[in-house]
Amino acid sequence: MTTLKVNGESRSIDGPEDMTLLWALRDMVGLTGTKYGCGAGLCGACTVHVDGVALRACQATVAEVAGKEVTTIEGLSPDGNHPVQVAWREINVPQCGFCQAGQIMQAASLINEKPDISDQEILDGMAGNICRCGCYERIVAAVRTAASGS
Amino acid sequence: MLQHIENALAEKPLAAPEIAVTNVSRRLFLGSATAGLAIAAFSNPADAFVRWPVGGEQMPNGLRSEPLVFVTLYPDGSVEIVAHRAEMGQGARTSLPMVIADEMGADWDKVSLTQAEGNEPKYGNQDTDGSRSMRHHLQTMRQIGASIRHMLVQAAAQTWEVDASTINVGVHELSSGDKTAGFGEMAAAAMAQPVPEFEALDFKDPSEFRYIGKGNVAIYDLHDITTGKAIYGADVMLPGMKVAAIARPPVVGGTATAHDAAGALATPGVESVVELPYSNIPAKFAPLGGIAVIASNTDAAIKGRDALEVTWDAGPHGGYNAEPYLAEMRETAKAKGNVLRAEGDADAALASASRTFAREYTQAHMAHAKMEPPVAVAHVSGGKAEIWAPVQSPYGARADIAAALGMDIADVQVNVTLLGGAFGRKSKCDFAIEAALLSREVGAPVKVQWTREDDIRHSFYHTASVERLEVALDDNDKVTGMRFNSVAPSILSTFAPDSGHQFFIESGMGHVDMPFEVPNLSIENGKAMAHTRIGWFRAVSNIPRAWAVQSFASELAHELGRDEKEMLLELIGSDRKLDPAAQGFPEDFWNYGEDYATFPIDTVRLKNVLNLAAEKGGWGQDLPEGEGMGLAVHRSFVTYVGTLARVKVVDGLITVPEVHMAVDCGFAVNPERIRSQMEGAAVQGMTIALFSGVTHTDGAVDQSNYHDYQMVRADNFPRKVHTHIVEHGFDVPPSGVGEPGVPPVAPAIANAVFNATGKRMRDLPMGDVIDT
Repeated sequence: MTTLKVNGESRSIDGPEDMTLLWALRDMVGLTGTKYGCGAGLCGACTVHVDGVALRACQATVAEVAGKEVTTIEGLSPDGNHPVQVAWREINVPQCGFCQAGQIMQAASLINEKPDISDQEILDGMAGNICRCGCYERIVAAVRTAASGS
Repeated sequence: MLQHIENALAEKPLAAPEIAVTNVSRRLFLGSATAGLAIAAFSNPADAFVRWPVGGEQMPNGLRSEPLVFVTLYPDGSVEIVAHRAEMGQGARTSLPMVIADEMGADWDKVSLTQAEGNEPKYGNQDTDGSRSMRHHLQTMRQIGASIRHMLVQAAAQTWEVDASTINVGVHELSSGDKTAGFGEMAAAAMAQPVPEFEALDFKDPSEFRYIGKGNVAIYDLHDITTGKAIYGADVMLPGMKVAAIARPPVVGGTATAHDAAGALATPGVESVVELPYSNIPAKFAPLGGIAVIASNTDAAIKGRDALEVTWDAGPHGGYNAEPYLAEMRETAKAKGNVLRAEGDADAALASASRTFAREYTQAHMAHAKMEPPVAVAHVSGGKAEIWAPVQSPYGARADIAAALGMDIADVQVNVTLLGGAFGRKSKCDFAIEAALLSREVGAPVKVQWTREDDIRHSFYHTASVERLEVALDDNDKVTGMRFNSVAPSILSTFAPDSGHQFFIESGMGHVDMPFEVPNLSIENGKAMAHTRIGWFRAVSNIPRAWAVQSFASELAHELGRDEKEMLLELIGSDRKLDPAAQGFPEDFWNYGEDYATFPIDTVRLKNVLNLAAEKGGWGQDLPEGEGMGLAVHRSFVTYVGTLARVKVVDGLITVPEVHMAVDCGFAVNPERIRSQMEGAAVQGMTIALFSGVTHTDGAVDQSNYHDYQMVRADNFPRKVHTHIVEHGFDVPPSGVGEPGVPPVAPAIANAVFNATGKRMRDLPMGDVIDT
């Protein structure tokens, strides 16, 4: 049994300590906004925040994040209006949408760490998140919009 | 695609309707189908809505226009509309209901959507591929909307005891004189009205559209997607649900000769291990079989699966190796193949030519690698099965699952989630069949979760191919003849004993319909036997055909010292609509299932998108060292796309600062999603150009995840995609945009790479680094 703090709430994980954080969040906590895309830290679809910093949930165990603040897409903003989410909607970023939670969590972490982020830093900072539909131009524009407005 | 294949296998002519004429729209369509554009004229329906025939009428279960099947009005003013096509990012879930909403006068903000389960007798054809949703369903969506509006008007006329002609329909409200009512107030009365005949309907004039053609409606799921609430296949959770991960044979047709499940069963959370029956091609969408590990959660299922020790027998395809296979196809392409289309005498022209010029272009297999790997949930219980899955063809899946379970289709329900990308992979429902078989076996709901490795290694692969083009040139460098031989294992091998030859659907994708105006032409197909599961991938055979033809045109231009655009325009030739009968097209020529007179191959539209892309992209301007532009143009799925790519090679790395996509898809119903599809096609086209290669060694796939099957990423993607939509009125029938953007991108990039570096790339994928 491991106790996690997810989106501000304490959650008990009834499973082994080496359970992958991604599957613990999805199957045990029931927060399905965080997606499985590769299981190898290659695509970013499972990006969450741990103590405010982007982390691939498929690469962490529950034991590694016990006692830390885990934030998922569901907890990014109480009303879904984090500046990144608002920018995403303004620019109509998604196509299929599957990678978007990971993209948004990565972007939110990025601009939180560096509010005056440069265009090149956006490109580099988002390069770990794959979008197979090919929404990159709009993703980059939305990150820029969110950074400029925040 | 699938249903056309099944027609082909049954040797049914595509034009033959499969079901009885059951409604007005069907009768009208069939009446006009043979007459092409000579559309029957109606005295009453607005001139604004002159019908044209669409291939949807020939699809299984055709099209449906019953308004109350698709629309429910509620007293509070809300409107529920059924989205009956699968949503995989192309926007159909929003765009089709948007058409209904506009035509009926609804306020989109008051519309909620319900995703239809797989039920084609009720909803009409639901097989979501072939860029067909808007092309096939626009007219019936309008009819549904106009019917609901008519019923609202009749309800108001009766309620207010006024003549229907006095009633004005505003946005979500009705009025007559000093009386006004919202749609909600008339909801019950409207739904009790008789459903009007088509002839009784008035349609909006295009000038009255509020959403159609505007691009002002955001995708319905936008808020849910950005807040993590959107439900995809893996997000379905049922009480008591188990999760399965499966070790499948590395080689298609392989079997497990032994397995040790001890390690799997020792994994915390693992509950049981089940062996699934094996299959070999041709097996349609039957699962490959393998050893399934059933667990209480996904983490345990995957870890348990990875702890299995399995001894595999490769079976008959264990000798499949990419390099010798490609070499053999190259040899085959050099020889004369089966002639599919002949005009004049190409052999004589080549034999008597002043000189000839030949090139070969190849492409490796591709896996779709959509972000959501295959996943499905099934609950088989009490003689019934219920499935939740991201499937492109839910009714086809329902039939296949019923057959696999030995159940009547009436006892199977297939619920469609959002699809986290698909690109053709989710037309094949093997993963849903796996879930159904396992649920029956363990007596509980089961989710089958594919890992990324499973997805890359057990796909239905885009065909590997060699396309060889050869032209005869006279003393004045004029092209006097051409041979175009296409060699690739066929999709049909997944469905029927393999002849080694492509079939009419593959041949119709940029091969026999190749539009160049050449006096002596031989279009040929050489034999290649399949050794893996071949399936369709977004744009299908159009990708290798555009790759070959558009690269060849560029090479020929350089060979002859010509401007590439002028050379391409000259090859396309005069302004005309190709005449399939007069130009030696095969009798089974496949025009994407469409009536040829309605959707002909029009060189004016083809040349126009080429010229538009070239003009907007500044073709011909001087560029700095290490930069180049490339052009390509291709018609697919009856849509025309011209592409100009600008390439900049930076320390050997191919970058694409800018792409211009000129698209002619007839009347543009949802320009915003057309643009998004063109942007996505530019990105996916760049991935295809640089990275997408699946290879086999001893029958097993070499690649496994995004590190060795790479995608274009945010640090190197087409940085600016300009989409130029050719404007048409409603008189030019819309065609789809999900696929047609893809084919011209890779050749445009390769042509630009050549112009930037002098290096000619003829083999896909070309890699992202170039030796200069």
